[in-house]
Amino acid sequence: MLDLARNFRMGNISPLDITEKILEAIRHDPLNAYITVDETGAKNAAKKAGEKIRKENNNPLLGVPVAIKDNICIKQMATTCASNILSSFVPTYDAHVVEKLKKMGAVIVGKTNMDEFAMGSTTNTSNIGTSKNPWDLGKTPGGSSGGSAAAVAAGLCAAALGSDTGGSIRQPASFCGITGLKPTYGSVSRFGLVAFASSLDQIGPMAGSARDVAVLYDAIKGYDPKDSTSVDIGYLPTTLDGLDMQGVRLGVPKAFFGEGLSTNVKKAVKDGIAVFKELGAKIIAIDLPNIKYGVAVYYIVATAEASSNLARYDGVRYGLREKGADDLIDMYMDTRAKGFGIEVKRRIMLGTYALSAGYYDQYYKKASKVRTLVIEDFVKAFDVCDIIIGPTTPTPAFGLYDMADDPLSLYLLDLYTIPANLTGGPALSIPCGFTKEGLPIGMQLMAPAFKEDILLGAGITFQDHTGFHEKRPQWNMM
Amino acid sequence: MEYDVIIGLEVHAQLLTETKIFCSCPTTFGDEPNTNTCPVCIGMPGILPVLNKKIVDFGIKLGIATHCKIAKTNIFARKNYFYPDLPKGYQITQYESPLCEHGFLDIDTTGGSKRIGITRIHMEEDAGKLIHDLKGHRSFIDFNRAGVPLLEIVSEPDMRSTDEADTYLRELRQLLVYLEICDGNMEQGSFRCDANISVRPKGSTFFGVRTELKNMNSFRNVHRALSYEIKRHIDVLRSGREVTQQTMLWGETANATRSMRTKEESHDYRYFPEPDLVPVMVDNAWIGKIRKTLPEMPRERRKRFEEGYGLPGYDADILTQSRDVADYFEDCVSLLDSPKEISNWIMTEVLRVLKGGTADIKALKVTPRMLTSMIRLIDGGAISGKMAKDVFNEMAETGKSSEEIVKDSGLKQISDEGHLKNLAKTILEDHKKEVGSYKKGKTQLIGFFVGQLMKATKGKANPELTNKIIKEILEE
Repeated sequence: MLDLARNFRMGNISPLDITEKILEAIRHDPLNAYITVDETGAKNAAKKAGEKIRKENNNPLLGVPVAIKDNICIKQMATTCASNILSSFVPTYDAHVVEKLKKMGAVIVGKTNMDEFAMGSTTNTSNIGTSKNPWDLGKTPGGSSGGSAAAVAAGLCAAALGSDTGGSIRQPASFCGITGLKPTYGSVSRFGLVAFASSLDQIGPMAGSARDVAVLYDAIKGYDPKDSTSVDIGYLPTTLDGLDMQGVRLGVPKAFFGEGLSTNVKKAVKDGIAVFKELGAKIIAIDLPNIKYGVAVYYIVATAEASSNLARYDGVRYGLREKGADDLIDMYMDTRAKGFGIEVKRRIMLGTYALSAGYYDQYYKKASKVRTLVIEDFVKAFDVCDIIIGPTTPTPAFGLYDMADDPLSLYLLDLYTIPANLTGGPALSIPCGFTKEGLPIGMQLMAPAFKEDILLGAGITFQDHTGFHEKRPQWNMM
Repeated sequence: MEYDVIIGLEVHAQLLTETKIFCSCPTTFGDEPNTNTCPVCIGMPGILPVLNKKIVDFGIKLGIATHCKIAKTNIFARKNYFYPDLPKGYQITQYESPLCEHGFLDIDTTGGSKRIGITRIHMEEDAGKLIHDLKGHRSFIDFNRAGVPLLEIVSEPDMRSTDEADTYLRELRQLLVYLEICDGNMEQGSFRCDANISVRPKGSTFFGVRTELKNMNSFRNVHRALSYEIKRHIDVLRSGREVTQQTMLWGETANATRSMRTKEESHDYRYFPEPDLVPVMVDNAWIGKIRKTLPEMPRERRKRFEEGYGLPGYDADILTQSRDVADYFEDCVSLLDSPKEISNWIMTEVLRVLKGGTADIKALKVTPRMLTSMIRLIDGGAISGKMAKDVFNEMAETGKSSEEIVKDSGLKQISDEGHLKNLAKTILEDHKKEVGSYKKGKTQLIGFFVGQLMKATKGKANPELTNKIIKEILEE
């Protein structure tokens, strides 16, 4: 992305040239990365950007083709959340982040594929079918922001926005060999992000390098009065010089290297940590005693909130309405039966149960209490270290439908990414190696709330000393 | 067997804020359907609520006025249920920690003053409104009301009769109107009441099985519905059966209550804290700021009107029904120290011409200064009480002063100072006794002398001039 911006200014290529190239590549996309492509809008924006390129020297987003996950609203463009229930829905408003990108002159190429309502980690639950991993078309790109990750990795956009509720930016970023940031809860407005689990959802940037991620993060972050959970701190631009790792304390949690971690991931992450050690970082073993409950807590809190957030899709005002029902209750049931896929239904059922009379204390309330314990674990850990480091996922990308019949095993794969959503803190996934089959492996860095600068700084330094992020996948538009 | 009646009331008061609770749509009643709506209040995907802080102000106001404990940390909750008038599939309300708790409201009953406990007052949003077509084939939804702010005021089950419930309701409504946080209009639904009712054998201390009563949209209906339901409970018990816990609907035309849903059919609302809103912290500074804006409460004012102005209870009651009317009265009294006479004029002529309700008194053409000037004319004998009614009507219509009206209707004013001086001297000589009293300090007799002069001139004398001249002579 930064390279592209430089090339625009040097006159090597115009925004319209690159946009047309990308649109052409998307026409032959074997990855199923996009749900909606806005050719006309993209070309118009590219033309406009081209006219301004000489005047706006300090705007790295101008003319840059970006893709937006399909749960982020764009005015007059279908926002389906990969669900039948919203397949006809066109918002009349821009999400706050989209408004910001448009103002900066970014070229919005289209909306990327995802798991239905961001519930999943493969894009298998999308109503248009799964996306594929550009490193191996037989493998999943991960999810739920799998379309965004695949598109970035394959060059079908220069950068993308995803959303992350339990790892939905970081896991696909690691599977597709790109860099992805789940920002601090409250640092990026959720206005216009179709809610899955409101207390966990966060929009974040996905791109080819930590520098690009930092630039896109700077573009979308900031206080927004339209989101009550948005936090008003004086946001400063992220420095792109990298972080001097001398004396930086890296906390390595035992729990992140236990049972279930595949050997190739373990080795790549250990090697990645060694790179930081070489650069002067201090490695500290830390303990996070309560994160073993993270997955359980997450699947109660997230499903409870989801069961309520998805109640508005009732066929009354917009979206799908099944005809032929005899009465109101039947209309509700037919619409929701037809409109939602199996995973969404499963989570609505789970969440409804967790909130129901007699079970609330046992499930939701208890989960909220354990969530506090997890937060306290991290507060204590950050007393002794600056960054917590470990794998992003226990395995590299798996086969497209390997987990289709085993939701529980799939849930358990989220164990490293979930804690940052429970605490609200920022987390970054960066490529740190490859399996011998050539699949990318990701490493996760976590920091205290609003310390994105440390994470991105460390990521930039790491990438200045390694080349994992520069390798291109087997399938790419170039 | 005789029975005791136990009544608790739940009141929903729509707040007089200009905009809705979580968006900036207007709260106007009666506009074209779905014109006061936006993506927030119709529950579009990805849209978030932002609290209108004014609602908290209003809640604190009522909380202070009802002697409640105000919560420092306010958490909103979602109440989940499906209904077409509920856009998000949940209502944003407060559940575990309401804004106000443990207060009370004193009411006057036949047995003296009685304290009714206020369990809680919390903030929430209203739902939209379903409109069914006459043939019953189709239903429409008007979302203008969706997101209109409400305070829900829950009383303790402290009322022991329909009359007590009625008095509590009126007292609460008056308080809301006084505080200018609700217009108290039951017919338009800005002040709504549900009741919880049970009966028990006289003298016992346990509670009987209760029913909840809904759909009573006027004071009259509350009275009728409560009476009906109490009798129904007693009849059921007397026949040896048991009351079923259920929600009842009042049917105005049927003049009876009917079952809406039983306990088994009741919703499981799956309350949980609203993650889209952050807790609202209310500190002492906030409460103090609101406390300063509080007007005198109606009950205290009523007492002051009785004791301070010597008004009968009946007058004090009527004059304090509305803060505007009470203010008007006090403005008049500050200009002319004849409280009872002023009260009589307000209770009859003034209230009669306020066709659109007591709030219209602010726009009334007859200002307190004009009304008191007119009363002075009567006191002075310049016009009779009967004539004054016509003068008042003309003032209310035209906005002309009473003096002007009297003059225009052929009564030419005498403003010749010499002439008036001579007349005054004659009158004072004819009333030596009164002059003596005046000089001993009964200065209000000035009105009498002015009146006598007015009488002598058939109201033609310039009242101000006359006043001045007589004063000058008396004080020589």
